[in-house]
Order: sequence, then structure tokens, then C-alpha cells
Amino acid sequence: MADKNAASCATCASPKKKGPCGGKGMLTLKDGVWGINPLAIQVLGICSALAVTNRVETSLVMGAALIFVTVGSNLLVSLLRNYTPHRIRMIAEVAIIATFVILFDQFLKAFYWDLSKQLGPYVGLIITNCIVMGRAEAFALQNPPILSMVDGLANGLGYAAILAIIGFWRELLGTGKVFGLTVLSDHWYAPNQLMVLAPGAFFMLGAVIALFNAIRGPQEEEDKK
Amino acid sequence: MNGPSPVVILIAAIFTNNILLANFLGMCSFIACSRQIGTSLGLGTAVTFVMVMTTAINYVVYHHVLLPLGLTHLTFIVFIAVIAAFVQFVEMFVERFSLKLYFALGIFLPLITVNCAILGASLFMIIREYSFMQTLGFGFGAGVGWAVAIILMSGLRQKMRYSDVPQPFEGVPIAMCITGVMAMAFMGFAGMVSIQ
Repeated sequence: MADKNAASCATCASPKKKGPCGGKGMLTLKDGVWGINPLAIQVLGICSALAVTNRVETSLVMGAALIFVTVGSNLLVSLLRNYTPHRIRMIAEVAIIATFVILFDQFLKAFYWDLSKQLGPYVGLIITNCIVMGRAEAFALQNPPILSMVDGLANGLGYAAILAIIGFWRELLGTGKVFGLTVLSDHWYAPNQLMVLAPGAFFMLGAVIALFNAIRGPQEEEDKK
Repeated sequence: MNGPSPVVILIAAIFTNNILLANFLGMCSFIACSRQIGTSLGLGTAVTFVMVMTTAINYVVYHHVLLPLGLTHLTFIVFIAVIAAFVQFVEMFVERFSLKLYFALGIFLPLITVNCAILGASLFMIIREYSFMQTLGFGFGAGVGWAVAIILMSGLRQKMRYSDVPQPFEGVPIAMCITGVMAMAFMGFAGMVSIQ
């Protein structure tokens, strides 16, 4: 938990873990999912977290997409880290990330056309998702490939978990259903349409972040980035 | 011309389909840079300008290069390259010709490359199949809508500094909730005009 606020912005590369990879795997995994959870603690990449979470299904697909992209791009950035000139590293990272995003987008279009339609432009927008860029910049540039993959997986999982939580509550409260199956019967439950619309997303994300803050206890640096 | 006129799209993009409050794009810089009105004014202006120009350029690139060559699967990477190159170009141009403007807008320009609202506007333009004039209206409206939202937000956040917020909600969570209320208010415009 020591470095929870490291890498709070995408551009400042933090030299926090420069040591060898030995024994860091579990710590990295735990950090990504809980300690520096990209969504709840660092508040990065919230655009897609808000946009696709009106149903559980789309939230899960989006989470899977992000895991795929962070793992892939972290691995590739890390492999190339000693060959990339420092000045063009940004554009190299963007190119790598875009490649993985295109792969996933084409996969969705080929096999899950309906989902691809529902997600609309948000799959493409993973390119500009600060989490992916932030992890490439802050972690993969300084760490060996395998550890970087673990870090990408951890952050992707952390992101996907929050997305699933938000998606679950929004679909449940908004339509009374989960995965399209009725849970709260409309005999006694009046679906709150607001939760499926835009404002519900903002309230739910605010509530989830507040919950994280409450569980973690008072944090002195929370708002002073 | 099919579809609504460019003026209707412009109004709709500002109010009913606000790119930030209805489509959640550009949230990162919205949360990070909405502490002071001056900052958000500068950022809003820069975003509007870049958005109009890049949607227009991307329209031309998509319809006259990518479509005829059958390269639509490269859309994302080409769009992001166009945006990055354009921002870089504007930065050099502004630095060369107006140092005052450079110091006012300069720091925001690199931020804009990774602002998802810019790329999002270009992608929406493709998905909604706008004509060129509609694209111009949409780009301008989306930029102005984003600027309006962030300026309103910074005003609210400046006031909020003196209010007593429950401890876990301090900072980002309360900002989210306020944005939710703003989104609700903007939903009141929904009956006015509508695009998809």
C-alpha cells in the first residue's frame, strides 16, 4: 500500500519500482487490483466506465477488452523499451496500443456484431483511455516484460471489477434485471429509468469511489494530486 | 441532404446530446482541470478549435482516402495520428506567431491529444454518417458543449470549496455527483431537438 498514489497522472513516469522482478509479482497484482485501482483510486479512464455500464454484459465485454489491451501493450512496450528512443516513445506507445485495440475491435465485429454495435465508438476510445497509456508510461517502460504483463493484467482486472459492480447495480436498479433476466419483479418494483440514463452513471461512479475511500479510511493526499 | 440540418445538429450537440454529459467523453481532463474558471475557459477554447478542425480533416481522410482504398480497419490509428499531428502542428504554429496565445493555450495542447472527446467526435461522425456540413456543425457544437460543461463545473467547484462535504465524498466523488445533477438538468432540453 506504500505507493498508492504513485503514477496519479499519465505523463509523470514514476520511478517507484526499479528493482529486479523477483518476488514482485504478487505485490504488483495486489496493487493493481486494490492499492492503486485505476478507476477507484486514481480515477483514470472514467469515460468508458460511465458509458458502457448500463448493462452487465457490455460492462464485462469492455472489461475484457481493456484487460487484453493493457496486457498486450504492456508486454510489447516493455519488450521494446530498450530500443525505443526516449523522444518518440509516446507515439510508439500510441501505435502499439492502437494495434491491440484494432485487433479487439475487428474480433468483436467478426464474431459479436450486436455487441460491437452496442459498444459503438467506445471500443475505439480505449486508445485514449488514460489507464493503458499510464501503465505503459509508468510501469512497462521501466520493468521487464513478464512483470509488466502482470501489471497490465492487474490493472485491467481492477478496472473490469469496478465496471462489473457499476454495471450490475445500474442494470438491477434501472430495469430490475441482471443479464437480461428479471430479478426484481415489476409487481412490486418500479424500475428507476434514471439509473440507465446518463445521470445514474455519474451518481453510481461517485458512490463507488466514495465507498472505496470510506473503506480505505482517511487519506491525506486524496485530493492533492 | 438527408438527416437534420447542420444548425440543428449544432444546437443538439451543445444541449441535448452534450458530448460530456450524455456521451461521457473527455471526463479525464474534465475532472482534472475544472478547479478554476480561467483554466477551463482556456481548455474549452482549445478543445473547440481542435475538435472542429480534426473532425473536418478526418472526414476528408475517411471519405476520400480510407473508404476508396478499403482501409477502414485502420480508422482508429489513422484518426489518432491525424489528431496528434494536427495538435503538434498547431503548437508549433502558435509558438512561432503568437507567444501570448502560446502561453495561454500552449499547456493545454498536449493534453488534447489524449482527450477522448476529440477522437470520440470523429468516431461519432463516422457512425452517424454525417455529410461534410453536418460534420462541421457537429464538431463545433460538441466542442462548445464540452466547453460549456467544464466552465459550469469549475464555477460550481469554486463555490464548493467552502461547503462541508462528507469525508469519503471529498474530491472526485462529489464532483461526479454534481456532474450527475448537471446531466439531469441538461436532460430537460431533451424535448427541444434531437439527434439519434
